[in-house]
Amino acid sequence: MSGAAAVPGGVMEREPLPAHLKKLENTSVHIMREAYANFSNLCMLWSIGKDSTVLLWLARKAFFGHVPFPLVHIDTAYKIPEMIEYRDRFTREWGLLMVYGQNRQALDAKQTYPDGAIDRIACCKSLKTQALKHTLDGSWPRYRFNHELDRYEVDANKEPYNGVIVGARSDEEGSRSKERYFSARDRGSNWDIAEQPPEFWSYYKTDFAPGTHVRVHPLLDWTELNIWEYIKYESIPTVPLYYDRGDGTRFRSLGCEPCTTPIESPARTVDDIIEELRSGRLKNVAERSGRAQDKDDGGGLETLRRDGYM
Amino acid sequence: MTGTLGESAVASSDGAPGAMGAAADAAPAADAASTAMSIVIVGHVDHGKSTVIGRLLADTNSLPDGKLQQVKDLCVRTSKPFEYAFLLDALKDEQAQGITIDSARVFFKSALRHYIIIDAPGHIEFLKNMITGAARAEAALLVIDAQEGVRENSRRHGYMLSMLGIDQVAVLVNKMDLMGYNEERFREIRDEYTAFLQGLGVEPAAFVPVSGVEGENIATPGALMPWYDGPTVLQVLDGFGEVHADLELPFRMPVQDVYKFTRFGDSRRIVAGTVAAGSIAVGDEVVFYPSGKKSEVASIETFPPLPEGSAVPAVRPTDAIGFTLKEQLYVNRGQLACRAGQPSPRVATRLRASVFWLAREAMTKDKEYLLRVGTLRVPVWLEEITRVIDASTLAAIPDADRIGRHDVAECVLRCERPVAFDIDAELTETSRFVLIDDYEISGGGIVQDTLIDDQAWVRDTVLLRNVKWERGSISMEERSRKYGQKPALVLFTGSADSRKKDLAKALERELFSQGRSTYYLGIGSVVYGIDADLKQRAPDSLHQNREEHLRRFAETAHLFLDSGLILVASAIDIGESDLALLEAVLDGAEIVVVGVGDKDATRGFAHLHVPEIADTSDTDVHVMRACALLEQRGVLPKG
Repeated sequence: MSGAAAVPGGVMEREPLPAHLKKLENTSVHIMREAYANFSNLCMLWSIGKDSTVLLWLARKAFFGHVPFPLVHIDTAYKIPEMIEYRDRFTREWGLLMVYGQNRQALDAKQTYPDGAIDRIACCKSLKTQALKHTLDGSWPRYRFNHELDRYEVDANKEPYNGVIVGARSDEEGSRSKERYFSARDRGSNWDIAEQPPEFWSYYKTDFAPGTHVRVHPLLDWTELNIWEYIKYESIPTVPLYYDRGDGTRFRSLGCEPCTTPIESPARTVDDIIEELRSGRLKNVAERSGRAQDKDDGGGLETLRRDGYM
Repeated sequence: MTGTLGESAVASSDGAPGAMGAAADAAPAADAASTAMSIVIVGHVDHGKSTVIGRLLADTNSLPDGKLQQVKDLCVRTSKPFEYAFLLDALKDEQAQGITIDSARVFFKSALRHYIIIDAPGHIEFLKNMITGAARAEAALLVIDAQEGVRENSRRHGYMLSMLGIDQVAVLVNKMDLMGYNEERFREIRDEYTAFLQGLGVEPAAFVPVSGVEGENIATPGALMPWYDGPTVLQVLDGFGEVHADLELPFRMPVQDVYKFTRFGDSRRIVAGTVAAGSIAVGDEVVFYPSGKKSEVASIETFPPLPEGSAVPAVRPTDAIGFTLKEQLYVNRGQLACRAGQPSPRVATRLRASVFWLAREAMTKDKEYLLRVGTLRVPVWLEEITRVIDASTLAAIPDADRIGRHDVAECVLRCERPVAFDIDAELTETSRFVLIDDYEISGGGIVQDTLIDDQAWVRDTVLLRNVKWERGSISMEERSRKYGQKPALVLFTGSADSRKKDLAKALERELFSQGRSTYYLGIGSVVYGIDADLKQRAPDSLHQNREEHLRRFAETAHLFLDSGLILVASAIDIGESDLALLEAVLDGAEIVVVGVGDKDATRGFAHLHVPEIADTSDTDVHVMRACALLEQRGVLPKG
């Protein structure tokens, strides 16, 4: 394997994956390779959270140490600073094609929830959904990391992405349990829940009329526990915010600083988190309970999701 | 939401803490906590699928804390009689319509293991959603209403389960309470449905008389049907086995892609795909179909790379893998990787298949569709309908000339080019395909057999040639590097009196003077040697042996190309079907066609056209154009 000597990631001695994780990994890798083979302008959303970080790791698995498409991060400018540090560190270490997008107008005009101008839902729609939509379709500037100059610069590529790989899991909340692995969104980013394409025998809808774009969900069958188990077996680096660093709290789900609160938990390591999830200690705490916008959306996230929230 | 399968969680938008509830048992073992068997529950609309699921959740204590009471309280407030089906609805967000429109997943556990119950919609409108749900399951429960008896979707869903390949099926005869727990009624339904399943070759694991409303024979044996001494639903579920792949089957892997990422100085060329059947290891000889090209597996690639010298884990079916080859073959997405020395797949353009159709617009004979088999996509036509079956009755639709929505058919499909696959009786995994109409997966099917076509003989010859070919020690890449060119056939064609030969020879001279390795061959030159037997049989005309004549010419060309040369040839009036034959014999090799003279004769397939002019002063111009074309196609290096 001398031909791969320089691929970042290093050699790893590891235990073989348990059968259930191997099965999930196989399906996810297959889906990602299908996406890469079928979409000319593919990208992957990387929220810096645990799910999309597992997704990034799976991409490196699928493509043997490479990530042959850009990673897109929507930077609301209110993300917890450690998230951005982590993002840029691994962008450099793994040589990622990193792109971020932002709703500059809203930030400049101080039209945000932290500025007191609008409510949480409107803020999410503006800083996340709108920014995402315009970053994906290329109508707003994309900032791409230049590895030679070691800084972000405006990306010359304004082509719309026609395939977007996303880390949604079906156990997260109701609307996600009906997702397909390959889910079409029309020009208006609309999602028709009742009229979804069939998926069977590992055949997914990969033929699309011009103008539609597709969300690809390789993690659909994974649970929160599976994510942490996989992080453990594969030694995937995660943001330290997920762990208790001395004050008896940790983040279970990461978002914007003003709208995300940690949960009470003494879990300091990946093993502690797995134990915590298995023990049922968190059974009465929703995964996204620290995310205030869910509550303001009446639960379910369906209004936000129909609109293109991921 | 917690959502671990180790707890009773429902993928719910409920958002209330209660929805995450779990039985407060001790932490189960690692694997049990994370793996679960997927079960799909199917059947006709209103036959009580949701009630059965509600009961299973309630009677196995798998409901979130307080959920049962919460739903009961809601019923009191709204003056509705409590139903177990409401439990499921309360855990989903489909109350508005009252019917399941898409397969939703519910988690619960028995003393033995954890389950994901996929609640498939019973309404005919949502058959494709039912299929999507069922396709993810390892076993199925099919619910039949004791009062209504066997209905259209009882049969249709049974049919779909057998098409999808779900072998573990149990039938629940529900609402026995409405029939006074009458044994006679149960027997009637059992006998009727058993006969139906027999017609599909499906043997159910059990028939269980149940009452979802009363909980009879769901999680606990009921007292009201003393005549029944079989298993409860829960016992049937626990009796299902996990589906294990048969490791003895021949190796099959549809090639998803060949990766050559050059960043970070990576020089690997990795053939990637998901193993459909069998296994493969370093040193195995792998054959790619339909071409039949073969090479040896040099390495199985992993990420992160394993330490030097450590063993790569054995490859198993469903593994997503990648390997490198000793020789750099021309392999691309859509080919089927197999192992030499194992039963080979079928290669054909015409196939007999069972098809189920899902699209609103019927499948007809006059339209082009797209066939996807493995990773290959190929235009396909419905050539003939043997019979169309109404899947709700199993009755044949007389004189059907189309396959309507939700129908099942036996038919003949014709592909634009040869496809590699297996037939159902030999290897099911690689006999399955889907049909695309207007960008949508509109149907699915299983290949039952292959049928003969015009070029089958030529193709079989080539396939056998490739498989049997003993390669020398020098690879194509080494030859290309040494000669500074890629092998190609440059074919000048036109009418008998065109100046195609002069142009071809001029190109040969130009290539030679550039230092290329090249040879000129007129197709007529093979007549007296290689074709001597054909010539003897039909001294005046090779017409009746045209195909064999061309095949031999192509086999000769194949030798030149395989030795790394650019073969410049001339032939009279090559048409599209001739070219198809040349392509079949020279599979994958570069063929450049230069049409000389009448433009219409080669329109659509010539890469370059040269007008017929008696004056030869412009020969150089056309030779230069041909050279530019060869550069453009990567035969000659740029510049």
